[in-house]
Amino acid sequence: MENRPFLEVQSVSKSFRGLKAISDVAFRMTENEILGLIGPNGAGKTTLFNLVTGFLQPDAGRMEFLGQNIVSLAPHIICKLGIARTFQIVKPFSHLSTLENVAVGCYNRTPSVEEAEEKAWEILRFVGLEQKALHPASSLTTPDRKRLELARALGTQPRLLLLDEVMAGLNPKEQGDIVELVHKIREAGTAILIIEHHMRVIMGVSDRIVVLNHGVCIADGEPQRVCEDPGVIEAYLGKGAYACLGSKT
Amino acid sequence: MLRVKDIDVSYGQVQILRRVSFDIQEKEIVSLLGSNGAGKTTTVSAVSGILPVSHGQVVFMDEDITRVESFHRVEMGLVQVPEGRKLFPSLTVLENLEMGSYLKGPKALRQETMVSVFSLFPVLEKRKKQLGGTLSGGEQQMLAMGRGLMAKPKLLILDEPSLGLAPIVVDEIFSVIDKINREGVMLLLVEQNVSQALSLSKRGFVLEQGKIALSGKGGELLADPHVKKVYLGL
Repeated sequence: MENRPFLEVQSVSKSFRGLKAISDVAFRMTENEILGLIGPNGAGKTTLFNLVTGFLQPDAGRMEFLGQNIVSLAPHIICKLGIARTFQIVKPFSHLSTLENVAVGCYNRTPSVEEAEEKAWEILRFVGLEQKALHPASSLTTPDRKRLELARALGTQPRLLLLDEVMAGLNPKEQGDIVELVHKIREAGTAILIIEHHMRVIMGVSDRIVVLNHGVCIADGEPQRVCEDPGVIEAYLGKGAYACLGSKT
Repeated sequence: MLRVKDIDVSYGQVQILRRVSFDIQEKEIVSLLGSNGAGKTTTVSAVSGILPVSHGQVVFMDEDITRVESFHRVEMGLVQVPEGRKLFPSLTVLENLEMGSYLKGPKALRQETMVSVFSLFPVLEKRKKQLGGTLSGGEQQMLAMGRGLMAKPKLLILDEPSLGLAPIVVDEIFSVIDKINREGVMLLLVEQNVSQALSLSKRGFVLEQGKIALSGKGGELLADPHVKKVYLGL
């Protein structure tokens, strides 16, 4: 159970007209793993998310989740199989309450309003938003909106959760709170694939890190090793940031 | 210089800022810090005249601008680069920059300002015919800052310039902020990247629940136990 490769991406490519956004990318995830995905702006990270979740179709390559092919499946089918995602720009249903927003996700597993809302309450308690359950989503602060974004995805009851820059726009303390939540989600049995630019966060939270540059995977390994990789330093970290990390760890 | 004195700002019935005061001296970089919801963007919106203040005073270059409209503040040299860049995605890089120098004074200096913007951000010159919306996140931030500089600011307000950017790009943005400052432009920096912002700033102000809770030199604030706990999570 522990080391079964439960997500497998093999030689996946995707072009937009002439631009190769993703080029022959391969990686694996094991059950209950937290995998960090980093790379410069425009490296193809979000495109990779869109491919895994079925928002885009790859031009070539294979993707399997729990031993099942997921290429050419619709996003809602992939979601039913147990893969959920958050979005970089959070877009809650602003006129619905926090609770209702989460319940929308819960309908992935049940048609019953009662069951969906019960599950939604459970998730709001889990992410620490129960006090705001009946407030309209539009009234939430940025950190709470990020929590809601996570809660909506958790509502679908995923085995694998993809997080796209959930820490952007948060200060280090607020980031720490979300990191805690990410750990809690994993402890509850969900694997996590996370895109993040804040190195302190990604180093601390990931079991392993994959680095993309110009659509190509340039490194894959333990956080510390990846950050010492000269190619990664040149493409992504810069000399200053690396020196800074070195002093912190 | 800029002097903000005891300002109150409300959205409808909800009061966001309570008697906020701070100042920026000639050639200074000042950071405005605080958790989300503390009122940072509200503060800079009041400074640039996008939001009205119901109490207090905003003084810029010895003139009371509390009731001056925002486009007149731009003419006086008070320019804001908004959070989230807000470019014109369907205009080219060149056109986006030209939009920054739309006013009469800056327009007359357009060509030479553009040369200096290109020397700060060489990538913008390479991309000048490309549409703004097709740039990478880092390039978009550079374009937003370049567009702000085209208006020949005396005070440039940057609202979260490092948002969503790779570390290597963040370093570049901060080094350009330093260069802009060395050319004599005052800077008001709103950042979540607290440690990088404070190490560049001469002084910083911390907003909490719409009030200034702390202020001090950049290095002092970085070492302050309260700042460490609340903003750095250390």
